[in-house]
Amino acid sequence: MKNTVINTARLFGAGLRALLVLTLVTGVLYPLVVTGFAQALFNDKANGSEIKDHTGRVVGSSLIGQSYNLPLKEGQETPEPDLKWFQGRPQNGLGTNSVNTQYKLILSGATNRSADNADLIDWVKAAKAAVVKDNSTADHKVKPSEVPADAVTSSGSGLDPDISPAYADLQVHRVAEQNGLSADQVQKLVDDHTESRTLGFIGEPRVNVLELNIALKGLLAKG
Amino acid sequence: MGPVLAGVLQLLALIAALALAYRPLGTYMAKVYSADQHWRVEKWIYKGIGANPDTEMRWPAYLRGVLAFSAVGVLFLYLLQRLQGVLPGSLGFSSIDADQAFNTAASFVTNTNWQSYYGEQAMGHVVQVGGLAVQNFVSAAVGMAVAVALVRGFALPHSRLLPHSRLRSSGGTPMSGGTPIRSGELGNFWSDMVRGVTRILLPLAFVAAIVLVACGAIQNFSGIHEVGQFMGGSQQWNGGAVASTEAIKEVGTNGGGIFNANSAHPFENPTPFTNLFEIFLLLVIPFALTRTFGVMVGSVKQGYAILATMATIWLGFTALMMWTEFAHHGPAFEIAGGAMEGKENRFGVGASSIFAVATTLTSTGAVDSFHSSFTGLGGGITMLGMQLGEIAPGGVGSGLYGMLIMAIIAVFIAGLMVGRTPEYLGKKIGTREIKFAACYILITPALVLVLTAAAMALPTPGNSMTNSGAHGFSEILYAYTSASNNNGSAFAGLNADTQWFNSTLGIAMLLGRFLPMVFVLALAGSLAEQKPVPATAGTLRTEKPLFTGLLVGAILIITGLTYFPSLALGPLAEGLAS
Repeated sequence: MKNTVINTARLFGAGLRALLVLTLVTGVLYPLVVTGFAQALFNDKANGSEIKDHTGRVVGSSLIGQSYNLPLKEGQETPEPDLKWFQGRPQNGLGTNSVNTQYKLILSGATNRSADNADLIDWVKAAKAAVVKDNSTADHKVKPSEVPADAVTSSGSGLDPDISPAYADLQVHRVAEQNGLSADQVQKLVDDHTESRTLGFIGEPRVNVLELNIALKGLLAKG
Repeated sequence: MGPVLAGVLQLLALIAALALAYRPLGTYMAKVYSADQHWRVEKWIYKGIGANPDTEMRWPAYLRGVLAFSAVGVLFLYLLQRLQGVLPGSLGFSSIDADQAFNTAASFVTNTNWQSYYGEQAMGHVVQVGGLAVQNFVSAAVGMAVAVALVRGFALPHSRLLPHSRLRSSGGTPMSGGTPIRSGELGNFWSDMVRGVTRILLPLAFVAAIVLVACGAIQNFSGIHEVGQFMGGSQQWNGGAVASTEAIKEVGTNGGGIFNANSAHPFENPTPFTNLFEIFLLLVIPFALTRTFGVMVGSVKQGYAILATMATIWLGFTALMMWTEFAHHGPAFEIAGGAMEGKENRFGVGASSIFAVATTLTSTGAVDSFHSSFTGLGGGITMLGMQLGEIAPGGVGSGLYGMLIMAIIAVFIAGLMVGRTPEYLGKKIGTREIKFAACYILITPALVLVLTAAAMALPTPGNSMTNSGAHGFSEILYAYTSASNNNGSAFAGLNADTQWFNSTLGIAMLLGRFLPMVFVLALAGSLAEQKPVPATAGTLRTEKPLFTGLLVGAILIITGLTYFPSLALGPLAEGLAS
C-alpha cells in the first residue's frame, strides 16, 4: 500500500517535471525564436501588415476588412454606408467584447445562421435590395440577378478584406457618379486592384477593398 | 477557369504535396521511434523529468505514464487560467471562471481544442503561449506515442526495425526456460513522447511558422493597441504569437485558434496559399504515419492498404462536400446565389469545402469557414466525418490507432464469414483482442448519443441554440460529436459557455480521449505477448485492395448503423427539406 502511494507520487512528479521542461521548450523557447526570426525577416508582416494612405497616415491593415459608413445620425442605430467609397461585405457576425471591457475589441466571427434561418433570409433579402438600390445610377440600372453572393453574405471572420471582382465591378458606376469621376477611370482602378488566383488556381479572384479605397482617395486628391 | 475546376486543381495539388511527403516523412518517423541514440537535448530533458528513457514498459506502465502526464496537464492548464488575473503578461485580462477553465483545460490536453471562449477577449499571452500552445505539442505527441505502442504490439517480436534495447531483450528467440522473457513490452512512454516533440513536431512547426509569417500571419507580443482606420478614428488590435501557434495547431491536428474566427481570421490564415498550406499541414502526419506503421511492422504494403482506406474515404467526402456546397441548396443561399455565408472571399467555396472535410476527418477542428452556415447536407458531412471516429486519416496518432482498431473489426467480420479464427499482421485476433476493439468503438457513440439525448431532454440546454428546428438539434449533436471525438470544431451558433455545456462537454472530451487509449494499450500489450503465427493459404491478405474495400465498407456500415437515426433528425432533415 505504502509502495503504491510512493510510486504514484513519483509518477505524478515525473509528469509534472516533464510538463515543465516541455513548457520551457515549446512554450518559451519555440515562440521566442519564431518571433525573433519573424521580427527580423518579416517585420512588417509580423506586426499586422499596416497600410498607409497617400498622406502617410496608417489607416489599417491590408488584411483586415473595415466598414465605410457615414457617421451615426441622431436617433440612428445602424449607420448608413458612405456611397463615395467601395463597400465591403456585410459583417453580421462581428461582435464587441463582453469581458475585459476596459478594451474595445473587435470579436471576429460568423453569423452561424443556417440556410433556413429566418434572420439570415431577411438579411440576405435586405442586403440584396440595398445593393441594387445603392448601385443603380441615372444611366445604369443594376438587376438583382447581377448581385454576387459575397455582396449579401457575411464572411467567416466578419473581417474579410476582399470582395469578388463581380461585386467591385457592380459598384463602379455608383462610385464614379458620387466622386465626379468617369466610369472608365474607376473601372481601371478596380482592374488594377483585382488579384487573380495564386498560380492561376489557388483560392478565388478578389479585390482588396481598403487598398482600392486608398487608391481612389489618392486619385481624388490628385484632382 | 471556373471555381469548380479551381477547387479540383487545388485538391490535386494537395494530393501531390502529400504524396511527395509521404515516404520521407513516414520512414523518418519510423526511425525516430526506433533509434537507439538519444539527442543531447533529449538527455537533458530526461534528466529534468528524472526518467530513464531506456526502461521498457509493459502496457500498464505505459498507460500510467500517459494518464499521469495528462492529468498533470489538465491541472496545470486549469490553474494557469484561474490565475490569469494575477499573472504578468496577460494584457490585464481577468481570470477564467471555473467551469470554463475546466472545459478549456480538458479540451487542450485531449487534443480537442473545443473553445467556449472568445480567444481575443479572454486569453492573454501567457495562457495562449505557455499553456494552450504547449498542449498543442504534447497532446499530439501523446497521441503519436500511443499509436506507436500499438504498432509495436503488432510488430513484436518479428520486425527488424525495433526501438532501443528491444533487439537485445526479446528479438530472435524469446523463449528461455519455457517462459517468454520480457515479452509484452511496448517501449518507453517518456522517450516516445519527448521524441515526438523534439524530432517531429518542433521542426515541422518551426518551418511552417516561418512560412506563415512570410505570408502575413502575425507574430509579436504586442499588447492591445490602437490602429487608425480609413474613415477616421481607430480600432483596437490584439497582438499575439499567432504564426507559431497556428503552425502547431495544424501540424498537431489541434485546431484551437488565437482568434474566435480561427483559420478564417486573416491574421491566422492570410492568403489562398496559406489556406492550402494549412490543409496540407493538418493532413501530412496522419497520412504519413501509415508508412511509419508499414515500416515498423516490416511490410510497407500493409501501410499502403491502410493509406488507401483513408484516402478513399477522404476523397469521397471531399467530392460530396464540393458537390453540395457548389449546388448551394437552402432558402438563404438560393436568394444569395451561392453558399458564401461564413466563407471568406480569398478561399471561396472550393477551398473551404476541402478544409472543412480535412478538419473533420482529422481531429483538428480548425475552420476556415463556418460549418453551421454550410448547406444542410454539407453540415451533415462534417458531422459524419467526425462520427467515423476521425480515422481518415484522423488525428496525429489517434487516426492510426483508430483505423487499426477498425482493421481488427474488419478481419473479425471476414473471419466470421469463412468460419476461421481471424489474424492480422501475424497476430491472432482472439476473444480478448476483439473485446478490447469492441469496447473501443462503443465509447464515443455512447458518449455522443447519451449526452445529446440528455441535453435535448432537459429544459435549459436548448436555450443555447441560435437556430431552431432541425438545425438547432444539429448544433447540440455536433457539439457532443465534436467533443467526444476530440475534434473541436462547432456549429458555433450554440452558446456553449454555460455550466451544463462546459461540464458535460469537458467530461465527454476526457472520456472520449483516454478510455479508448486504455483499450488501445491493453490491446497492444495483449498482441505484444503473442508469438506471431505464420501466414497460410487461408490467411486474409490484408495488404490487398480486397481488404481495403472490406475495411471501407465495415467503417461506413458500422458508423451508419450507429448514427443514422440521429443524423436523420438533424442534417438529413434539413438537407432534404431544401
